Amino acid sequence: MEERDFDAIVVGSGCAGPIAALELARAGKSVLVVERGDAAGSKNMTGGRIYMHPLRKVFDADTLATAPLERRIVREKIMLMAPDAEFTIDFSSDAMRTDNDSYSVLRGPFDQWLADQAEEAGAEYICGIPVEEVVKDDAGAVIGIRAGEDEITANVVILCDGVNSLLTEQAVGYKRPPASAIAVGIKQTFALPAKTISDRCLVTSDGEGVAMLIAGDATKGKFGGGFMYTNRESVSLGIVAGIEAVSKSEYPICQMMEELKSHPGIAALIEGGELVEHSGHMVPEGGLHIMPKLVGDGVLVAGESAMMCINFGYAVRGMDYAVAAGQMAGKAAVRALDAGDVSARGLSCYQDMLEESFVMKDLRSFSAEPEFLEHFDRMFCGYPEMVRDVMNNMFVIDGSPAKHVKDSVLPEVKKMGYMNILRDVRGACKAL
Amino acid sequence: MSDVKITVNVDKCLAVNKYEPDDQAHIVLVDDPDDAEFLKLVRVCPAALYKIEADGAKRFDYSGCLECGTCRIVCGDTIVEKWVNPAAGCGVQYRYG
Repeated sequence: MEERDFDAIVVGSGCAGPIAALELARAGKSVLVVERGDAAGSKNMTGGRIYMHPLRKVFDADTLATAPLERRIVREKIMLMAPDAEFTIDFSSDAMRTDNDSYSVLRGPFDQWLADQAEEAGAEYICGIPVEEVVKDDAGAVIGIRAGEDEITANVVILCDGVNSLLTEQAVGYKRPPASAIAVGIKQTFALPAKTISDRCLVTSDGEGVAMLIAGDATKGKFGGGFMYTNRESVSLGIVAGIEAVSKSEYPICQMMEELKSHPGIAALIEGGELVEHSGHMVPEGGLHIMPKLVGDGVLVAGESAMMCINFGYAVRGMDYAVAAGQMAGKAAVRALDAGDVSARGLSCYQDMLEESFVMKDLRSFSAEPEFLEHFDRMFCGYPEMVRDVMNNMFVIDGSPAKHVKDSVLPEVKKMGYMNILRDVRGACKAL
Repeated sequence: MSDVKITVNVDKCLAVNKYEPDDQAHIVLVDDPDDAEFLKLVRVCPAALYKIEADGAKRFDYSGCLECGTCRIVCGDTIVEKWVNPAAGCGVQYRYG
């Protein structure tokens, strides 16, 4: 193989990048991580919650115990929000307190920790440098990166530079995805005392917390939803909505966010909290349909820059795919380097590993999901109001003769149309 | 903008963020951008950096940018002429994320 500055260069230090670098470093390869933020995590943002299962394959329990995770999520809430009411499903289970758990997370501290682990394993880091281009040889194989005047070469380049990657187009011929396949996320973080958060969310320990997704009025009836995650001493509240849907909506996303905060179902959760950050990020909800080529000559793509994300409706996943894909990219690069073949063929074991894993299996089996959710209009405007009307019939007592439950429910369901509901249930069963 | 009353002051929210100012614009729009395309950006930008004044004048200031790329996706083929990352060490610096 050619003499290069490094065995591998990783672009971007989010969830995928440092883990790819760590795998390479553990195998004794020289690896450089180039991150555009002044510190790892300083350009990154999540809702958010991370599922722990892939991290347990990278780190032992003692190491993982030092990770700056926020709260273990032991309560899941799904809220149907009408403008003047809300109906919430609230689920908690001891199964959430096993190794198959999840934690709320803030990417500033968490990504810094991941970067520290990669550095301790022997990866080199440069922060504060945006990579402008990949460098290719005459045959079109990727052989390095360019930042400003500097060129640094490597046998393998792993792109983990996020959903807004400016490099995948040049590196693997990716075409920018359409606005209908990407959502925009907006989040505000509110500082609150740990005990206040625990009390408001009905958890008995400051190490435990709540995840909530909100359908309906959070996005003013448009495709998308609200979210709320409790961190140790802050609450993350926000909205994710289809870019195309918002671009045609009367409501700017910022106004949706403003009105979400004052909804009675939400206001009480953040009351007295101090706004400490306002952030934004795209969410590649198109999944399989908008993925770039994951392997090229001398190059691999992992994590959000590979659009590895699924919105399940009741949960959103991306970071666990990124962690797993980062690990596989690192392992594949090691294997290709050892075999002396870093062409697309030599690196194709990355694709094979992904296909064998939950990452591509999920992305393939839920490929109908984005299309279904995008057209699930009644979930965003219709069902929340129907549920409100049913509940009003049952719980608001005006002194007139009481109704049987069926007389509270059926008239409202009939207004929505039995066939519409049947169609939605069938659609949901197929796609979700 | 139709019946929706805009009550939010996003600039006040952005004021709590940490930024390292960049003297070069990392997002550049075409001259005299199309009204309908600009209105899309007004709606989707999570930092509300695209504004239409009372007199109809369009205003855009990149300095509060959250670097999400939404404007690049929605108008990358129309009125967003250039979208690059801010220069080394510049732009938003999330402390929470």
